[in-house]
Amino acid sequence: MTMIPLLATTPIPRDLPLPLPLPEGVLIVLLVIFFLVHILFVNLMVGGSVLVTFFEWLGRKDARWDRLAAAIGRTITVNKSLAVVMGIGPLLCINLVYTMQWYSANTLTGHAWLMIVPLVIVAFLLTYLHKYKWESWSQGGWKWLHQLVGLAATLLLLFVPLIFLANVNLMLFPGEWEKVRGFFSSLSIGNVLPRYLHFIAASLAMTGLFLAGWFGREGHEIENTPGFTRPELRRIFYKVAAYVTLAQFVFGPLLLFTLPAAGITTQLYVIIVSGALVGLLTLWLLFRELKSGDERIGRSYVPICVLFSFVVLGMGSGRHVYRQAALAPHQAEIKERTAHYAAALAAFNKQRAAAPPVEQTPEQLFMNCAACHAPNVKLVGPPLTEIAQIYAGNPEGIVAWAKAPGKKRPELPQMPPMIHLGEANLRKIAELMLEKGKAAQ
Amino acid sequence: MDFPSFYMDHLAGGRLIIGLIASLHVLINHPLAVGAYPLLTWMEWWAHKNNRPDIDQLAYKITFIVFIVTTTVGAMTGVGIWLSTSLFAPFAIGSLLRVFFWGWFAEWLVFISEVGLILWWFLTWKKANTPEKKRKHIKIGVALSIMSWLTMALIVAVLGFMMKPGEWNQTRAFWDAMTNPLYAPQLGFRTFIALMMGAVFVWFATFFFTKSKRGYEQGTGPRQLRNWVVYRMSHVVLVSLLGTYLFGTWYWSAIPETMKANSSVALLTQEFMSWHGQFQSLLGWTILVFAFIGLGGLGSSFLIPRWALLIPSLMGIWLLGHFERAREFMRKPWVIGEYMYSNGVHKDELAFLQSEGLLKHATYAKHREVTEANKVECGKDVFMLACSRCHSTTGLNGVIEKFTAMYGADKDWDSGGMALFIQGMHQTRTFMPPFPGNDKEAEALVAFIQQVRATRESLPGAQSTGVVVAPPPAPPAMTASSQP
Repeated sequence: MTMIPLLATTPIPRDLPLPLPLPEGVLIVLLVIFFLVHILFVNLMVGGSVLVTFFEWLGRKDARWDRLAAAIGRTITVNKSLAVVMGIGPLLCINLVYTMQWYSANTLTGHAWLMIVPLVIVAFLLTYLHKYKWESWSQGGWKWLHQLVGLAATLLLLFVPLIFLANVNLMLFPGEWEKVRGFFSSLSIGNVLPRYLHFIAASLAMTGLFLAGWFGREGHEIENTPGFTRPELRRIFYKVAAYVTLAQFVFGPLLLFTLPAAGITTQLYVIIVSGALVGLLTLWLLFRELKSGDERIGRSYVPICVLFSFVVLGMGSGRHVYRQAALAPHQAEIKERTAHYAAALAAFNKQRAAAPPVEQTPEQLFMNCAACHAPNVKLVGPPLTEIAQIYAGNPEGIVAWAKAPGKKRPELPQMPPMIHLGEANLRKIAELMLEKGKAAQ
Repeated sequence: MDFPSFYMDHLAGGRLIIGLIASLHVLINHPLAVGAYPLLTWMEWWAHKNNRPDIDQLAYKITFIVFIVTTTVGAMTGVGIWLSTSLFAPFAIGSLLRVFFWGWFAEWLVFISEVGLILWWFLTWKKANTPEKKRKHIKIGVALSIMSWLTMALIVAVLGFMMKPGEWNQTRAFWDAMTNPLYAPQLGFRTFIALMMGAVFVWFATFFFTKSKRGYEQGTGPRQLRNWVVYRMSHVVLVSLLGTYLFGTWYWSAIPETMKANSSVALLTQEFMSWHGQFQSLLGWTILVFAFIGLGGLGSSFLIPRWALLIPSLMGIWLLGHFERAREFMRKPWVIGEYMYSNGVHKDELAFLQSEGLLKHATYAKHREVTEANKVECGKDVFMLACSRCHSTTGLNGVIEKFTAMYGADKDWDSGGMALFIQGMHQTRTFMPPFPGNDKEAEALVAFIQQVRATRESLPGAQSTGVVVAPPPAPPAMTASSQP
C-alpha cells in the first residue's frame, strides 16, 4: 500500500450484471441535456455570488452598487435551489452510463465527496443570512460582518464545484487511479484546473447574460435598483458577458490543449471549433449591442441567448464526445471481463445444478457446532466432554435443547436455536457429540 | 464488490454516516415538509376566508422558518443520502438505479415540482395582495402539500421494494413494491405522525411570534392569536394521533408476517422480537404524550408551556428513528432481498466464489492467491471485500469486539475455530451473509484479524491510501474443468 508502483495498472472491474433501464444512447442524450440544465443554474448561483460580493464592496463608496448587489442576491437563493434539484437528473444518468468509473472516482475522493453535503448546507445558510440581513446589518461593523458572510458563502460556492470537477475528471482516467491518494492528489491528474477556470468564466458570462435580461425586462421594478436606468443595467451586464466570453477564447484553448490525449478525436475538434465559431458570432452581436444607443440596447437579447445556447450545447456535446472516446477502451474491456465472468459463473452453476445433492455426513453437520464446542476446552460453549456427561445416553435431550436453547451459564453467551438444521440432522449431530465427548474424556 | 472500498474504520466502516444523514432528512422532511405545509396552507386559507390578516402574517412567519430549513438542510440531506450511499454501497445503489429507474425518475419530477412550488409559494406570498391573487396563492400551497406527500409516497415504495423478499427477483417490477403488504400501513403511519409532529411544530413556533401582550384587553392581540393556533393544532394532534395509532398498529401486526417470509430463525428473530416489543410500547407512550398535549391544548393555550412541547417532539423523533430501524432488520442479510447480500455478493455467485476464491475475481486486491507469505495482506483485502460494509476492525461493530465477546479478551483465540466459525456463521447468525471465499481466504482473514488484535492498527480506506490493482485474471478457459 505504501509503495507507489512505477507503472500503474488500469483496473478492469466487473460491471453490475443488470441491463440498463433505457438504451445507452437515450441515456447519453438525457445526460448531456440534464447536465446542461443543471450547470446553467450552478453557473447563475456561482457567478451571481461572485458579482454580489464584488458589487457590495463597490457599494461601500457608492450606495447604488449596494442596492444592485442586494437585487442580484435575491436571484441566488432561487437559483441555488434549482441547481440542487436539477442536479439529480444528470447524477442519475451518469450513475447508469458510467457506473464503474463514476462510483470509483467518488470513492477515491471520498472525504471531499462526503463533505459536499455539509459544505453546501453551510453555504446555503450563509446565503440566506446574507440575503435577509441586508437591511438590518447595514451600518458600521455590522456591514463588515454582512460582507464577510457574503464572502464566506461565495468562497464555499466556488470550492464545491471543484469537488465535482475532480470527480468528472478523475473518472476519465482509470489508468491513473492507482496514483490517487485522496481528493487533493486527484487534482494533479488530467487537467482539472484549466477546466475549473473555464467553468468559473462560464459562470460569470452566463450570469451576466441572465442579469442583462433580468434587470432589463419590462417587469423589473426599477426602484429596486436606484441610480441605474434600464439601459444602463443592460449595458453593465452585457459588458460582463462580453468581456468574460472574450476571455473564454483564452481559457477554452487552454482547456482543450491540456486535455490528455486519451479522448482527443477529429469529431471533438469539429464540435469545439463549430461551437467557438458560433461563440464568435455571439460575441460580435454582444459588442454590437454595447455600441448601440440606450434606446436600442437589448434588441438582440433573444438572438444572443439562442446563439449562446448553441455554444453551450456545443461545449456540452464536446465534453461528452471526449469522455466517450477517452473511456471507450475501458468500457469495452469491462464489458468483455463482465461477459467472461458471467460465462464462467453460468458454467459453474450449471455443473453444480447437474450434480446430485449430497447428504451431509454427521462430521460435516457437526461443523455447525464446532466453532463453539471443542472436544475438551471451553470455547464459546461448554466442551463436548461436559456435554457427554450431562446428556449421557440421552441424545434426545441434546436435540430438544438445540431446538430451543435456554440460558444456563451466566459467563457464556446464550446459544442460538439450531432448529433450521432439522430434527433428523440434529439427532445425528447429538449422537456424534456424545461419541466424541466420551472419546475425549 | 468490484469498486474501490470507501471505508472509515472508527465508524463501522462509515455506514453510520448514511444513517445519520438519512435520519436528519426524515426528521426534517416529515414534520416540516409533509406535516407543516398543509397546515400552513390551511391557516392561509382560513385567514383569507375570515379576513384575519394577523393569522396570515403568522402563517407567513412560520413558513419562513420552514422554507429556510427545508431548502437547505432538508434538500441537501436528501441528496446526501444518495451521495453517501454511493460511497458505502455503490453496488447496491447502482443496482437499484438500474432496476428502479422509473421510480427514481418519477421521484425526481415530483421533487422538482415540490422545490418549484415552495419557492413560488413563499416568495410570492407578499405579492398576493388582492382576493383573486390570494386565492391563486392558496392553490399553490395546496399543490405544494400534495407534491410533498407524493415525494414521500414514492420514496416509501422504493424502500418497500428493497425489503420485499423474493418476488422482485422474478418479476423485477415497480408495482411489486406498491403491493408490498407493508406499503399502506407504512405510508399511513408516516403521514399521520408527520401531521402530528407538524402541528406541534406550528404550535411551538407560534410561541415565538406571539409574545407581546399588546391588545390583550380588546381581545385582538397576539395572545388571542396564540389561543387560536393552539386550539386548532390540538385538534390536528388528536385526529392524527388516531391515524398514527391505527396505522402504527397495522404496521406492527403486519411486520411479523413479512419477517417470517424473510427468515424466521435464530438470533434475528430474538433481536427482532425485542425491536417489535419496543416499537409497540414506544408507540403507546408517544400516543399518550401527544394525547396529553392535545387535550391540554383544547383547554387553554397557557396550560401547556413551551418546553413541554419538546417532549412529544422528542418522542416522535425517537419513534420515527426506531421505526426506521425496522428496515435494517428486514433486509439482513440482504441489501436487495434474495438477490444481493449486504456485502455486494450476488446470491447466484456465492457458491462460485466459495469454490474459486474471492480474490481471484476481485479487481481491487493485491494478490490473487493466498500463500503463507502474503496471508495477512490477503486477509486485509478479504476483510475489505467481504466484511467492511458493516464491520470495522477495532471500532464500532468491530470484528475484534465480536470475537472478544465469543472467545474472551484475555485468552488466545484459536485460529482454526475462528476460520470454522467464519465459514459457518450464517447458519447460526442468520443476519450475516455467508462467507464468500474459499478455505484459504477464511484462514487469511483470521490471520489478518489476529494481527489486528495484536497491533490494534487501524485500517485506512481507498479515499486515503488509494487502491492497488491486481493484474486482471486470465480469461477463464472454457475447458474440461468447467464442463460436466
